[in-house]
Amino acid sequence: MLLIPCPYCGNRPEIEFAYGGEAHVVRAADPRKEDDAAWTEFLYFRKNPRGDHAERWRHAFGCGRFFNVKRNTYTDHIEASYRIGEMLP
Amino acid sequence: MDNLAETTSLSRLFALSGQAGDRHCRPVTGGARFSLRVPQASLGAAGEALGLDLTGPINRAVSAGQRTALRLGPDEWLLLLAETDAATVAASLSQRLTDGLYSLADISHRQTGIALEGVAVTDILNGGCPLDFDPAAFPVGMATRTIFFKAEIVLWRQDLTRFHMEVWRSFAPYVWSLLANVGCEYAD
Repeated sequence: MLLIPCPYCGNRPEIEFAYGGEAHVVRAADPRKEDDAAWTEFLYFRKNPRGDHAERWRHAFGCGRFFNVKRNTYTDHIEASYRIGEMLP
Repeated sequence: MDNLAETTSLSRLFALSGQAGDRHCRPVTGGARFSLRVPQASLGAAGEALGLDLTGPINRAVSAGQRTALRLGPDEWLLLLAETDAATVAASLSQRLTDGLYSLADISHRQTGIALEGVAVTDILNGGCPLDFDPAAFPVGMATRTIFFKAEIVLWRQDLTRFHMEVWRSFAPYVWSLLANVGCEYAD
């Protein structure tokens, strides 16, 4: 079973977590000023890389907190986990 | 809120009524529960109001007398109290935390308790819960929210072979029957 390091609770089994999609997707401060292409990009398009990926997880059956994980999508190796608001290490 | 805390008079609502239990598990009736959310800045004042030290690490239990606080998250505690104590605790918290930046929700009726005891208890829990129950990884005094098969539970290790489980009332018969099922395999 994959162990995910929660920044609050430490290593916990994957089944306790919920996936939250790609991290660091920034919403425009004023969406009305965005053109359609940029808004579509924000709403629907994600990187989906084969390799290192920064993603959000929620410790749903645990402390309940969202946090970020840097995971290799090919090997499933988790390099780092860090709290929301912190920069990608 | 006073009415809500009177769980004893509402025995028909108790999810496991009629379940006597066996050597491993038995239902825990009564008791009041609060979900408490407090910001870091007010931890000291909230702790004084409760008579408990809330500054301890996450996923640990602190007890004093009949009051217990399980720290489930960075700013979230589950308070387990005697029913007669519920109103006192609510009043003293509102008295001490004058800025009002906290939340105290009475969840006495939302969940019910199950006491688990026996040398095989960690094996039985591992039937549906993926946590490592080695004393080094899950020491006595640790308490955390986790999962048992598909139900959300809170587990508090009171002793090496004794656990207290909090489960939502509507999930209780499901959890209970699975505990009994897994328990069949352990003869201690």
